Formats: sequence, C-alpha cells, structure tokens
Amino acid sequence: MSTNPTQSIRVIINGRAGRYAVEPRTHLVDFLREAIGLKGAHLGCEHGVCGACTLRLDGQIVRGCLVLAQQADGHSVETVEGLSESGAIADLQQAFLARNAMQCGFCSSGMLLTAAELLEKRPEASRDEVRLWISGNYCRCTGYHAIVDAICDVLEARRVAAAGSPS
Amino acid sequence: MNAPDHGAGGLPALTEDQRYIGERVPRNGARRLLEGRATYVDDIELPRMVHVVFWRCPVAHARIVEIDSRLASMMPGVVAVVDGHEIARICKPWVATLGHLAGMKSAPQYPLALERACWQGEAVAAVVAESRAAAEDALPYLKVRFEELAGVVDMAAAVTPGATLIHPQLGDNICFERSIDTGAVDAAFAAADVVAEASFEFARHTGVTLEPRCQIADWNPADRRLTVYHSHQAPHMMQDLYARQFDLDETAVRVVCKDVGGSFGIKVHAYPEDFATVALSILLKRPVKFVADRLESFASDIHAREHRLWGRIAANRDGEILAFEIDDLTGIGPYSMFPRTSAIEGNQVLNLVGGPYAHRHYRARLQVVFQNKPPTCQYRGVGHPIACAATEGLVDLLAGKLGMDPLELRRRNVMRDDAYPASGASGIRLEGLSHQKCLERLATLMDYEGLRAEQETLRKQGIHRGIGLAVLIELTNPSAAFYGVGGARISAQDGATLRLEPSGHVTVMVGVGEQGQGTEGIFAQIAADAVGVAIEHIRVVTGDTEATPYGGGTWASRGAGIGGEAVLQAGLALREAIVALAAVILKKDPTALVLERGAIFERATREVLMPLAELGRIAYFRPDTLPAGTTAELMVTRHYAQRDYPFVFTNGIQASYVEVDPETGFVKLLGHWAVEDCGRVLNPMLVDEQIRGAIVQGIGAALFEECLYDEAGLLQNGSMADYLVPMASEMPDIAVAHVQTPTATSRLGAKGAGEAGTAGAPAAVMNAINDALKPFGAQIHHQPATPERILRALGRIA
Repeated sequence: MSTNPTQSIRVIINGRAGRYAVEPRTHLVDFLREAIGLKGAHLGCEHGVCGACTLRLDGQIVRGCLVLAQQADGHSVETVEGLSESGAIADLQQAFLARNAMQCGFCSSGMLLTAAELLEKRPEASRDEVRLWISGNYCRCTGYHAIVDAICDVLEARRVAAAGSPS
Repeated sequence: MNAPDHGAGGLPALTEDQRYIGERVPRNGARRLLEGRATYVDDIELPRMVHVVFWRCPVAHARIVEIDSRLASMMPGVVAVVDGHEIARICKPWVATLGHLAGMKSAPQYPLALERACWQGEAVAAVVAESRAAAEDALPYLKVRFEELAGVVDMAAAVTPGATLIHPQLGDNICFERSIDTGAVDAAFAAADVVAEASFEFARHTGVTLEPRCQIADWNPADRRLTVYHSHQAPHMMQDLYARQFDLDETAVRVVCKDVGGSFGIKVHAYPEDFATVALSILLKRPVKFVADRLESFASDIHAREHRLWGRIAANRDGEILAFEIDDLTGIGPYSMFPRTSAIEGNQVLNLVGGPYAHRHYRARLQVVFQNKPPTCQYRGVGHPIACAATEGLVDLLAGKLGMDPLELRRRNVMRDDAYPASGASGIRLEGLSHQKCLERLATLMDYEGLRAEQETLRKQGIHRGIGLAVLIELTNPSAAFYGVGGARISAQDGATLRLEPSGHVTVMVGVGEQGQGTEGIFAQIAADAVGVAIEHIRVVTGDTEATPYGGGTWASRGAGIGGEAVLQAGLALREAIVALAAVILKKDPTALVLERGAIFERATREVLMPLAELGRIAYFRPDTLPAGTTAELMVTRHYAQRDYPFVFTNGIQASYVEVDPETGFVKLLGHWAVEDCGRVLNPMLVDEQIRGAIVQGIGAALFEECLYDEAGLLQNGSMADYLVPMASEMPDIAVAHVQTPTATSRLGAKGAGEAGTAGAPAAVMNAINDALKPFGAQIHHQPATPERILRALGRIA
C-alpha cells in the first residue's frame, strides 16, 4: 500500500507498552484508530477546534489531531477506553448518564477527558469555570447545560468525599 | 439558576402499572457512548475496503473541459479514478420536485457533475485508494481542466431580467412560487390604527454535525446485494432510493445505521456522494468508504435558511392584531435537494407566519430561486425559525408603536386555549394548543415583572439589557401530507415489532432510529410499561432495514409521537398475547390474570403464578405440553400512521435575557427560558435536553453561524475556526418547563419536541437585543446579529 518510510516508536497505550512502525506524518489519533483499533477518540474537524479527538499524553489532555504519533515516542497515551476500564472516570461517566449529558455521543469521549482534567486540576471550580474549561470541546446536541450539571455533580461529590476522608 | 420544573400535568397513566413513561429514566443502552464503545461509520472496517475522496469544483460555476487521470492513477495505493460519465452509466439522475407543490421545477442531477459543476464544492471526480491518506495524496495529481462560467450568487440577482440562467432549459431561475391571500388584507391594513413593518435578513447556515457525513457501500456481486452502512436518519428511504436509482430490487438493498454522530436534518437527505460511493462499490466489487472532512462538510452538506423577508403587521389601538403580510425570497442553490426538495422550507414559512395568533387576514408571497451555492434543504426547525423571527419581530415592533408591554400584547392576541380545534389564517389546522397557559407559566418561571424592573434600574446606570419573547408553534407527527402525497416515497407510517424471548426479556425492533435524542431510551420505557417488564429486560434494535419494520425514520419531530405509538400498540398487543397464553397454561380465565413486572399474577390475590421466563420456557421449548391447537404467538408487530391532521402542532414560548455592550456590539446571554407543550412528556430529562440543545442551535443562528460567501460564490469560512458554533462558556443556563396537552390522534398522546427550541430561540434572542437597543432608537433584523452588525445598527460604524 503506502510506500512512505516508517519510524519505530515505543508507546505505552492505556498502560501497555508496545513498539510500532508509523509514518512520520501520522497523527496520534489516526494511529490509535487505524493501527491500534481504539475507536473511542473521534475525528470531528481534524484541525484542532472541536475537541472530539481529545486524548491524554503523559496525563495531559491533547488534541489527537494536532499531535503526531511520533511525538508520543517514549510517552504514555491514555484513551477513553483505558480510563473506562481502569475505573478512573467511573463517577463522571455515571453522572453523564444520570444527567443525560450526552446525546449522539460523538463529543463524549473528548468531553469526558477534558472534564476529568478539570476535576483533577480545579477541584473548587465554579459553574462558570466549568463552562469555560469545556469550551474547547464542542457539543452540537445537548446545549451544554446537562454536561455542566454532570461535571458540577462530580465536583461536589468529590469535594464532599475529600472533606469526609480522614486526614 | 432556575430549577427545572416539570409540572407533571397529572395525565392519566397509560398502563395499569406505569413505572417508566413520564419519568426521568436514564437512556437505555447509552453507556457505550460514554466508554468509547459506540460504532460510528468511520469505526467500521471491512475486508478489502477502499476509500474514496472527491475532486470538488473550486469555483461556483464551471464547464468541465477535461479530466486527466493518468498521473493520479499512477500514485501509490490508487485503485481507481472515476468520472461522472462512468457512474451515470449505472446510476440514474434525479429531479427533486413534489407533486403537491404546484409548478415546482428543478433540473436533473447526477452523482458526479458531468459537463458542468454548479457550486463550489460539487463533486466532479472520484479517487479511490487503499487508504484515505493515499487517496488524498493522489488527488492533487488529478488534472481537471475547467472553464469558469458566469454565475448567480445573490438571490435577488437570480430573478432580475437578463440574469444568467443556471439551467437554461427551465426558462428562469425560479424553483417554486406560492402565494396565500385570505382576501380583504389591503382593507385591514387601511383600516388599522397601527401598522409596523420591517425587512429581515437570514444568513445561510448549516448543521455542523460533529460526525461528518459518512457511509460504507458494500456491493456483493455474487449475491447481487448491496449493504450500505450509513450515518443517516431515514434508512428505509435510502434503501428505496438506492434500489430505484441503480435498478435493484429493494430487497437487494440493506441500509444499516449504527451510531449516528449528530444529524439535525443534515443526514436525512440523499446526497450525490451517497450514490457515487455506492456506484464505486458496484464498479469495483468491494467495500468503499466515504467520510467527509470538515471543509467538505461546509461545502457540500446542505445549507439552510438564506432568506430575505419583508413583513408588516396591522392592529387596532387596543392592540388587537388584524393582519399580517409577508414577502419571502429564498435561495436554494442550483438544484432542489433529493428527495425532500428545497421548496419545503419556504413553504413552511408561509404556513407558519402569524401561527400563534387569532387574526383572520393574511397575505404572503414566496419565491424560491436557484443560485450557484450549495443546495439548501431541511435543517432542524425547517422554516420555523424564519417564520417565528419575522412574526415575533413584527409583534415587538407593534408593541413599541402601541407603547404596550410585549407580553401583554401577546396575551391579547394568542389563540385562546379553549378555541380548538381551529384553523390559522394561513390555513393550517390546529388540534389543541395551550398558548395562554404557556404564556402565564413563562411569566412566573422567569419572573417577568422582576426582570423588567431590573432592566429599568440598570438602564439608568448605563447597562443595556433586553428581554425578548417568542411564541411559537411547531409542526410535528406529520401525516403523508408532507411528502407521500407529493409522490416522494418516504414512509409516513412506522412500525414496531416486540418479541418475547425465552428468558422473559423483550426485544423491540422499530423503524425509527437513534441519533442521540434518546429514541431507543423512550421506546424501552414505553415497551417496558406496555408489556409489563423491567426496563433492564428490554433490548431495542433500530437502524437496520433488514431487521426492523418499515418506517420513515427520524424527521419532522415524528420519532416519539409516531414510532412511540407503534411501540405502545405492539407492547399492549404482546401483553395480551402473553396473558392469553398464560391463561391456557394455567387453565384460568385471562381476565383473572395480570401481567406486571415480568410475571403473571392472579388479579384477585396478587399471587405470582408464573414468571415470564417460565412462560417463555414452555412456549419455546415445551410446546408439546400445550393443548392441541394452541400456538404461542409471542412476536407482535403494529404500525401507526397519524391520519387525523396533516400535522400535529405543538406550541411553546421562549424568553431570552441579554446584555448588549453598545461600545463593542457584544451580546452576553444572561438567561433563557422555555415553556413547551409537546403533549405527553415521555421522559422529562430527555425532552429538556432536546429543547436545550435545539435552543442552543437557534442561538447559534441568531448570533454566530453563517456560511459566508463572496460575490463570486466562494466560501470564506470553511473551517470550524472560522465558522462559529456556540461554545459552553457563551451559553446561558436554560430553564425548561412543560404544559401537557396530549394529542388525541394517538393513545400515547405524545407530540414532537426536537425542533421547537430551534424554532423559537432566534426570535427570542433578536427581540431581546432589540429591546436592549431601544434607548438608542436602533434596530437589527439581520441574523446572525454579529457585533459588527449591531455596531452598524447603532450607527457606530459605517
């Protein structure tokens, strides 16, 4: 098929290390979707605006369409599939379901990863700050209200849990 | 924020043990969407699958002189380069008109342009390769020689004498014209104490589904069968169209719609690329995948709502509205879109202007014209946002002239809640609406008086806030009057099949599919209550022409009202069949038995006689134990078509509260309220989010969204960075409340809820902006109301 040269990269994907041959031009999200078969990150715009391809690279969220697979060489990548299996975002997923914070679901993987980062980095975030934080992730279906509700629910639940835990 | 208030309405239960209908039940089967386990078309990989990309016309109008594919064909991985003539040999062209839209005309359209391309973005040639990247690599090596032709871009220019004719054989650039005149309109305006008028501009915009249009066509030459995996709203419609355009038997065509990443009407049409992709699969005898990229989406998805509308309204000095008159011009691109046509939107505008009000005089003219821009067609709300913005804009202008509060003026003029059934001045038939109840509910919900006082106080401090109202009606649950009577083979009925499994669980197969609204969720709720089983024991199957009953799919807010009624009827029939069989097994009179919560009970004693799993075991595995002549019929199908009214109208009212910065022209949305009457609310949580999502799309139209074209018909903003859609931080919280007036056309009583938000939001926001601008004597009736346009309205910039 392609005659383009490839380069070898070592990547930890959802906790599992592997060595892969990739074309230098391959985007991280295309690599994950096409070579690895992880279809949870979606392609909405392929130019870094919509957020549907949001992934975690060494714990930080990135646009999967703006990062090359080669840039993940020697790093750790997490996707919604990995975070689902580990249970790391189980409370967030449950809140999204309970609040109907998804409709078509195409934005949901990215939205969840962005929200998960907010939960970690801004545990005291207000409703307005939640709205601002997720503004890089477009949802065309919900009107955002339920997504904001769901994230606020989890912020509150985690705050309560943190306050109640022994110091 | 305002707490959501559902005013349950105290509707009587539909079943003896109703546990799910009307409740905030999380969507059945939606967890896959949250774990990255959904299946969108682009997630599907088939053996020997190849990928197609299209060479698209770079100018608005061109004669194709020559296509030289030699170099492109030599590129690595390229499987085929195909032009329109090759495809036209196996796929017939189409002309999208409807018989009941008298005089409508359009020109034959082909999957790929033949001699001439008529808009920037029209597909002209196909490059097929073993990967998407390889196909894109080869595309620049495809040499298409074309000669640019004079085009028609502006709507008004399309009908000026001497205009270039896009299709000379049609004689002019007019697709469709219609007028309504109730008579005595001039007299009503002459006798009126007050007349207000305005010109409205609506910018062309589009749906921007987050998942682009996509499909995989898989022709199996041995079976002579075609399978199409399609991100689409109407699988049976596409099955019929593929069969007819390719001369196949419809049973040789299967259309499968798995998860659909947003639709909003964008994915209810038959696009040229759909047929081209199928043709390529037939020619190449292998699966072909097409996934539009974002630029292609902006340039080739249907657009909507490019209208220029003049209107006026007449009233007496007490504020009684006497008459409306409008003149609407709309541009639809070079072809009417297949198969629903591009005349429906304008037609709806005429039907809907003045819709909530009790005036008797109305005159309207519509001109639908061709132009060299992408085709327009039905997008969420179809005509409603235009009609509502014009109507409600005129009502607010009238209120201003009368010096009357806008809410009070509406109170005096909406059709009374006890006036139904009724007909609107345009001739529309209305079964039962609740404008008065909704209006009072809204006033309380938003604290109208309090906000007016706050507005007044802040105005003195130089803070310019505005309140905008929009009363609306929305067409839902259509009969065959929409398409079928005009000759379009789009099903107005829908079916549901329910099967009791041996485990006592129930599989539900429905013609209406899921694009995120929660359709499958409400079908599970209805089926669980109708049969009498736990919702966890319901499995819903949709989106497969080979598995579900025949149906129309999702459009015109028909999924819940029509598909839901079919599920209810099938569920009740299955319950009856189960109880009849239980009576035979238990040797009891069926009337002595009750089916609830997955078991057969003795009605008198409430004793559990038999769980459904036991009944299923006997029915399927031990029929030998049943009496002679007893056959277990535990699979039931019912169909439903709404035949009492052309459409079942819903109503609602919205309010927007905004702050306008007169220095920058920026609009901040402070709050939005909606009171909606969609009949019986099946799941308040899902309905609320439908309404909110639709409102946000309407806000997008009012403030941000516009497909910008230059004078040559070239798209200026074909990326998500340049075409603005609403983001979370710009949107307000949206309070939703319900009034429930069930439709008597079905047992379920549900009307549609998916589009009303989009119908009313632009009007509410525009009226709020104009209310804020009132101290400046400025007005804006041009959507989107960008900061630039607001500053221009204020006279701050030229």
